[in-house]
Amino acid sequence: MAPILEVKNLFKNYGATEVLKDINVSIEEGDFLVLVGPSGCGKSTLLNCIAGLEPISGGELFIGGQNMTNVSPKDRDIAMVFQSYALYPTMTVAKNITFGMKVRGIDQATQDAKLKQVAAQLQIEPLLHRKPGQLSGGQRQRVAMGRALVRDPKLFLFDEPLSNLDAKLRVEMRTEIKALHQNLGASMVYVTHDQIEAMTLATKIVVMKGGIIQQIGSPAEIYNRPANLFVADFMGSPAMNLIPAKTRRDNGGTVIEIARKEGDPIVLTDPKNADLPEDVILGVRPEDIADPASRTRDDAQVAECVIDIVEPAGADTYVVMQLGGKHVTARLHAETTAKAGVAQPLAFDLGKVSYFAPETGQRLN
Amino acid sequence: MTDISHTRSPSMARNQSPTVKLVLRVVLYILLGLFALFYLMPLFVMITTSLKSLDEIRTGDLISLPREVTLDAWKTAWATACTGIQCEGVRPFFWNSVLIAIPAVMISTLVGALNGYVVAQWRFKGANIFFALMLFGCFIPFQVVLLPMARVLGIMGIAGTIPGLIFVHVIYGLGFTTLFFRNYYVSIPDELTKAAKVDGAGFFRIFWSIFLPLSLPIIVVTVIWQFTQIWNDFLFGVSFSQAGTQPVTVALNNIVNSTTGVKEYNVDMAAAIIAALPTLLVYVVAGKYFIRGLTAGSVKG
Repeated sequence: MAPILEVKNLFKNYGATEVLKDINVSIEEGDFLVLVGPSGCGKSTLLNCIAGLEPISGGELFIGGQNMTNVSPKDRDIAMVFQSYALYPTMTVAKNITFGMKVRGIDQATQDAKLKQVAAQLQIEPLLHRKPGQLSGGQRQRVAMGRALVRDPKLFLFDEPLSNLDAKLRVEMRTEIKALHQNLGASMVYVTHDQIEAMTLATKIVVMKGGIIQQIGSPAEIYNRPANLFVADFMGSPAMNLIPAKTRRDNGGTVIEIARKEGDPIVLTDPKNADLPEDVILGVRPEDIADPASRTRDDAQVAECVIDIVEPAGADTYVVMQLGGKHVTARLHAETTAKAGVAQPLAFDLGKVSYFAPETGQRLN
Repeated sequence: MTDISHTRSPSMARNQSPTVKLVLRVVLYILLGLFALFYLMPLFVMITTSLKSLDEIRTGDLISLPREVTLDAWKTAWATACTGIQCEGVRPFFWNSVLIAIPAVMISTLVGALNGYVVAQWRFKGANIFFALMLFGCFIPFQVVLLPMARVLGIMGIAGTIPGLIFVHVIYGLGFTTLFFRNYYVSIPDELTKAAKVDGAGFFRIFWSIFLPLSLPIIVVTVIWQFTQIWNDFLFGVSFSQAGTQPVTVALNNIVNSTTGVKEYNVDMAAAIIAALPTLLVYVVAGKYFIRGLTAGSVKG
């Protein structure tokens, strides 16, 4: 079957400024695609291009197998939820939801039936006769979703829909969107700058920077095998430790040396015997530097490090030390005995380690 | 301004005894009262004079109240005062003004709303230049356009007619009405337009169903502004009209300036008040919306 959305060699310029460069993405029906990146990376522009709200400067765009490159937004069979919700201020909630159907000349009975169904689904029946100005942020969010759902489109587009909500509500709505996706089996494209949102919601993530796609993959691929330093640093919280290191071949194995602030370098061996250049940047997730007692893998290698800062976070305690001239975060037990200024044995698990070339920032293994 | 007074008043209140506060209050009200008297003086003189008989004006004091209230001057001004050779009062000219002002206000407001909507929400190539030129149009003095406008009206075949005057006022008002609506619409998030586009609404549908219902405050501002401008206009009225199509301002001038012999001040004053009444009424009825509309702007979605 044809992919539900296919973007081919898409370019977008504003005058001489290129905001999107050679974008190629496609998703299958039922996929949840998340476009993630720092602000100004072009993710919202890409979404607007998919919606047809911004004309594209080059390339092609297919929705449901049909070429939609020059088709107006209303004929693309899409629905969109906006960051500011963009509810029509002078219309009631019910009118907001049915406006699209009214414009398309759908008969009143169908409109009422669909409104009722969506209102029940989103539990907004008591709000139907209110104006958007009388709703809370979370309620507005629901109405905006309702306006999209009622259309039953081929493709849902979300433009940072949760960024105006407070932290607690954001997590709740995140779960709800995920549930909605699972129940409807709908295809969705979702823009966010929040990498946790991206990880939790997506079946497929596109990481963007400066109008260029950095990596496309499943959340696990993006998290475990970031394609370059940018992705490694951007995805995950706390961020992946990126430690400059030296490597050498020794007895047929690959040995990695990381400079410590005081004393000899830490010497680790690569479990996969990767063939590496002399200078590399070692990418280790904080959870792969742990208490020796709690190590889950046998091949974790223990080394002593002087702890600079201890940050208890409830479920875990993060400790920060200096390795290879960089701050390195390790994730320890909540009950750890680590103290600032005291050396602590730490277990380095290199099973999922990433290596990057310092000059290009590209992944090596 | 309000911010400053708000932040200052608590600290001042702390340092003052209640007596000092009271004295300052009284001084303030006295001052305000004096200013109000000063500004109301002309109106007072106009009204009292219009209610006096000519004899009383000649013998009495300018600011004294009428000994005998008479509405004769008003009747004369409305129905029989002479504007040149014609002696029908301001009545026919008053209706001319109504026939000019109402369509001109409606058309210029509606077209201004459309213009503002396009410039603010459908940014086309050159929209900024277009808007800058519109704005420039606001600052062209009336006198400059007189001759070219006369020529245009002649070519269009509507010189000296009421439609001609409506046309002139619409053209001249568009700069302002566009400015008002553009500034109002520019504060409306463009996501609203995008959402409506995705919902399937077109250019006019979005304007009609979403933007116009939002526009009440700015419509009131524009209507008051345009109505005042058009009703009070004299130069266009005197330049582009002929006998029978003159607006009330021109008639007023003719009443005052074409009388020979004794100056009938009471009739002049009554005619002037009649001519000013509609704009006064508009302010009284819609004034609070005017203030509100000028300060309103942001629309919470």
